[in-house]
Amino acid sequence: MLAISCKNLVKTYDSKPPVDAVRGLDLAVERGECFGLLGPNGAGKTTTIEILEGLLAATSGEVEVMGLRWGRDDDAIREQVGISLQETKLSEKLTVRETVQLFRSFYQKPLAADEAIAKVSLQEKADSRVGKLSGGQKQRLAVACAIVGDPQLLFLDEPTTGLDPASRRELWEIIRSFKAAGRTILLTTHYMDEAERLCDRIAIVDHGRVIALGTPRELIASLGGEHILEFTLETDSAAILNGELTASLQQLPSVTSAEVHDGQARLSVREFHVALPAVVNLLAERGYKLVNLGTHHASLEDVFVKLAGRKLSEE
Amino acid sequence: MSSRSWFEHPLAQIVIARVREFTREPEAVFWVCGFPIMMVIALGLAFRNQRVEEIQVDLVGEPLLVEQTAKILKEDKRMNVTPHKDAADGEQRLRTAKTSLLVRVLASEQTEPKFTYQYELDPTRAESVLAKSAVDDVLQRGAGRKDSVTIKEVERAEPGGRYIDFLVPGLLGMSLMGGGLWGIGFVTVDMRIRKLLKRFLGTPMKKSQFLGGLMLARLLFLLPEVLILLLFSHFVFEVRVAGSYFEVLLLILLGAFSFSGIGLLVASRANTIEMVTGLMNLVMVPMWIFSGIFFSPERYPDWMQPFIQALPLTAQNNLLRAVMQEGDSMWQHLVPLAILLTWGIVTFALGLKIFKWN
Repeated sequence: MLAISCKNLVKTYDSKPPVDAVRGLDLAVERGECFGLLGPNGAGKTTTIEILEGLLAATSGEVEVMGLRWGRDDDAIREQVGISLQETKLSEKLTVRETVQLFRSFYQKPLAADEAIAKVSLQEKADSRVGKLSGGQKQRLAVACAIVGDPQLLFLDEPTTGLDPASRRELWEIIRSFKAAGRTILLTTHYMDEAERLCDRIAIVDHGRVIALGTPRELIASLGGEHILEFTLETDSAAILNGELTASLQQLPSVTSAEVHDGQARLSVREFHVALPAVVNLLAERGYKLVNLGTHHASLEDVFVKLAGRKLSEE
Repeated sequence: MSSRSWFEHPLAQIVIARVREFTREPEAVFWVCGFPIMMVIALGLAFRNQRVEEIQVDLVGEPLLVEQTAKILKEDKRMNVTPHKDAADGEQRLRTAKTSLLVRVLASEQTEPKFTYQYELDPTRAESVLAKSAVDDVLQRGAGRKDSVTIKEVERAEPGGRYIDFLVPGLLGMSLMGGGLWGIGFVTVDMRIRKLLKRFLGTPMKKSQFLGGLMLARLLFLLPEVLILLLFSHFVFEVRVAGSYFEVLLLILLGAFSFSGIGLLVASRANTIEMVTGLMNLVMVPMWIFSGIFFSPERYPDWMQPFIQALPLTAQNNLLRAVMQEGDSMWQHLVPLAILLTWGIVTFALGLKIFKWN
């Protein structure tokens, strides 16, 4: 049985003009996996996760969570899922333990409050007021409140947004240990490194649709090369014939794909040391002048750029 | 679930969390406990039953006659007499309300006495009217009038009929209203803004537990608030409950319920602080003005009365005054009782129906 299944999910906000936040999204999340929704801000990730959490009603589409349906089995689903919203301001006047105790009381078979606190490594802060916690500690407390009901499925919406690198790594560890206990996680993120390191499978979401699905490795492999070579040409050094140059670059050894737009080129490359001399030679022969040239290991960012035609970090 | 202690029950946890949040907020504690006392003290002092001790009267006219008149008036110890050489000075003081009464002494054509008095006053000022009758009395007697009947005067200022006795039930009603609107309305909207309501919606917690918890917490805060107000006014101003204490308690609980309902309705949709405070003022300001906290609503014209009597705070104040001041049983006043209860039930039902969690 799937942990989450959703078919042709549509959500239109009836504002003026209406906003199509989700436009026919399909998901199938297996039990025991950490599944990531990766996409830029405004892609529809939060809307999707809130529909799955039962906090928003879908305009149309079928949703099943742990084999149950919203509107029919709400209480049963809520007993089995834990959620952390993108931004919840917990009461600053309560202590960490008091906050966890409050959330704990809502569930039938919860963990002990101190156990949930230990799972997020906040033991030393158990008696501190929430208002005194750092951003990372507050986020860990939010996760403690999400897992105190001992859920089978954990929803995390942008769990590390705005956190410093050390806090992000701590949260990743917490998420990994939750998964190690055989539980399922669905998280949203716009950080490609987070998705790449944490998730078993990823759905890349853009404009309310899934534009790619697979393991991080599969998605990167779909580019055809492990390296990305990018360079920029001086535009008035010669008339640039995008189509002709693209075709020539694609012929070069070890180059699996190439794209050129207005003097900016982006190549997927299997073996960097083979492709680079060939590229430089070709440009020299044609009389193009390089403004800059760079290379990096292919990442999910490159997958997104290839599919969406723009960078992940751009709005 | 049954193996759990009461402490682990969601309702208990919500109440405990609210109490903790509240008691850790010093400002809130002041508003609940300190503010009503300050109101009682300030208003008790301002409107304490003051003996009419001094009557300000100004004299103008023929200097010799003015002097004689002043002499007569000064026989009465209450009179504070200010004669003027220039009539314009006296007229100026009357116009600017520095004196209650201007007496113009005029020479007369008559043989005996050879003068008349002309009283000049603003008939809409209570102290002017009072001054006129007191001055008239003194001057007439000074001129030789004899009382035809013997009058005895007995002074009374007993607990129950003073302004403070009227005021305390009104303040009680006011804090019930404020408590319901702030304690339920404002707190709920604050939680909605902080996305805490949405977060709670994502748990198996029941809505009834959440709202029940907020209301129970509200009642808990009410206890010290009401007790402090009643004890303070009892010991400092000797304000007594003429009727049944149990009925006062029932009325307080009923009021807490009804104003919580109004608070819930106000909070049901609002998603900004500006919106909820605006709505709260829209609800509270008319009742501050019309519902007889500081003075009797019967002072408003008759055509307004149906509207005023239908307000929940008017009903609340009337009921509290009937029991505390008049010593009536609350069951003698079924109409305000029904009004207050209806407000609570209708606003609660409506508030729950349109309530938004996110």
